[in-house]
Amino acid sequence: MKIAVASGKGGTGKTSVAVALTLSLNGDVTFIDCDVEEPNAHIFINPEITSKRDFYLEVPEIDEKRCNFCGKCREICRFNAIVSFKRTIMAFKDMCHSCGGCFLVCDQKAISPGKRLVGEILHGQGKGIDFFMGRLRVGEAMSSPLIKELKKEALSEKNGFFVLDAPPGTSCPVIKTVRDVDYVILVTEPTPFGLYDLSLAVKTIGELSIPMGVVINKAGLGIDDEIRNWCRKNHLRVLMEIPFSREIASSYSKGQSLVHADEGLKEKFLMLVKEISG
Amino acid sequence: MKIAISAKGTELDSTVDPRFGRASYFIIVDSDSGRILDVIDNSSGKEAPHGAGINAAALVAERGVDVVLTGRVGPKAFSVLSAGGIKVVSEMEGTVKEALERFLKEKPQYSKGPNGDGHFSG
Repeated sequence: MKIAVASGKGGTGKTSVAVALTLSLNGDVTFIDCDVEEPNAHIFINPEITSKRDFYLEVPEIDEKRCNFCGKCREICRFNAIVSFKRTIMAFKDMCHSCGGCFLVCDQKAISPGKRLVGEILHGQGKGIDFFMGRLRVGEAMSSPLIKELKKEALSEKNGFFVLDAPPGTSCPVIKTVRDVDYVILVTEPTPFGLYDLSLAVKTIGELSIPMGVVINKAGLGIDDEIRNWCRKNHLRVLMEIPFSREIASSYSKGQSLVHADEGLKEKFLMLVKEISG
Repeated sequence: MKIAISAKGTELDSTVDPRFGRASYFIIVDSDSGRILDVIDNSSGKEAPHGAGINAAALVAERGVDVVLTGRVGPKAFSVLSAGGIKVVSEMEGTVKEALERFLKEKPQYSKGPNGDGHFSG
């Protein structure tokens, strides 16, 4: 079973929920931190990293001596990563989405595959959890290819229980993360922003036809009833409410999970898993 | 000398478009006669999700322009213009005609580098 934890709005508690859920399962779980722009689940799981590898994208390397400035590579590139005019040709490797089109259209064999470092993939173990995370290179703009590679590696070998911590938002990196999962838990908070971004996330996940449910974090903070009513109206199950509490905030600040602050939550998370897998 | 000015319209009275890459038009003027030689419609490039500046710079460079007058130029567009041997005067405003007159009369300094942030959204 693969469960992704997503949110729409940032800071609602995706990672807190994903980690707490994982720790409640007592082992035999794989955790995948797909929030590669700012991964932070490792702070709570504290894994020992046993392997680390760089991930590169193939980008055009141009041999100007071979180029006849025909402009076909520029024409095919949808991302303006190659520009040619008169007797000038330039490649902007950071714009490249690595589609490979320019290699194919070049009759002069003037374009060869070079590479751009996108980020790294880390693997380790901690608290009985098989742990994977991606970390985007600082300055790199494209996180989706790294998420794709991370999932390929983490999901490759076994059937088991997987928890994927998604990036915030509703754009490509989120879609890359939730694609092919069995269930999406959407974490929201009882604020107008929380509700609005939840509505965007619900639309996105609905479009992908993935079953989903809602966890209200920081419950008691604000517009709780509005969130509950909205969920009811949209036929969304509220799976769980986590109270807005000082103990949780305090343990979070020390890098400890929700279930450390409130042992009783473990049981609730186990029931949540039973509910969504049943 | 061929001068390209980023513009919101197609006339000499049109306003200078402060953004180079996402300008609506480029008006190419012959500095000796003051006449419009060509107008480049940048509407497709303007809507490009990525690399609008790169594309705009190539459009201008293909026309054999010597100087670009505009508001702001990002780093990628600037590097393409430089590769094409095109000089840039940024921080231009007012109408196309005013920008042209100011350039010819005051001979403002050419930009040594980009003055706008590059934009990129994955």
